[in-house]
Amino acid sequence: MTIPISWYLLLSAFLFACGVTGFLIKRNIITLFMSIELMLNGVNLSFIAFATRLGTLDGHIFVFFVMVVAAAEAAVGLAIIIAVYRTRETLNVDRVNLLKL
Amino acid sequence: MHIFLFLLFGAFCVGGAVNLLIQRKTINSALSLIVVMGSLALIYLLLGAEFVAVVQVIIYAGAIMVLYVFVIMLLNAGEEEPSKGSSVAKIFGIPGLFAGGIIGAWVLLQHGPEKSDIPIGALYGPANAVGMMLFTKYLLAFEVTSILVLIAIMGAVVLARRSNS
Repeated sequence: MTIPISWYLLLSAFLFACGVTGFLIKRNIITLFMSIELMLNGVNLSFIAFATRLGTLDGHIFVFFVMVVAAAEAAVGLAIIIAVYRTRETLNVDRVNLLKL
Repeated sequence: MHIFLFLLFGAFCVGGAVNLLIQRKTINSALSLIVVMGSLALIYLLLGAEFVAVVQVIIYAGAIMVLYVFVIMLLNAGEEEPSKGSSVAKIFGIPGLFAGGIIGAWVLLQHGPEKSDIPIGALYGPANAVGMMLFTKYLLAFEVTSILVLIAIMGAVVLARRSNS
């Protein structure tokens, strides 16, 4: 019994598109970060589907590295969000439009 | 059975992703993102990637999402302020989104890779094979990643520290 790889790719593309849409329409800076995580998850699904299709393990290694980079990005990004909130008192990205206070 | 499981968890993924977009409260978006990540872990298991599935649960659904929920609670992130959405975006954006999605799906289903079926049930990614490859073929990348994580830890500490000026 088999599942076509197109189904996995469609799911992956849908997750990525949802991430892009959320990044464009959302205004809360934390939700923007979560949309980026959603995009990374969509890409990871493509990696795993192709790795299983080709019978190699390289895709799994790439997914592992993507996860590590996502963890580092979340740590630094959330620290930046905390710093922004301390100085601006807001999480709305429309109000954070100046580099210098 | 496998197709049923794939459809079930794929539906969970889709529902969670859409729910992340339509929820106004940040904490609800975070919880639906956890649903997406958990169902993705089960889809990885269906694809035979057991190592990646476990790492997905531990790192993504565990560590990263705990960090997100912690920051949401810390900053009291409540409801998003509604904005005046432009009517042009609604008139052209939503049909355009559907048209683009349909065209993309059609192209993928028609011109997808040849002989593209994935046999299911076989475990392709046992943890020992992945670890062996990680520490031989990708050893340099692994070490560079450890330096990246070290820098990220220091950066997070420096950025989140209260400046005592």
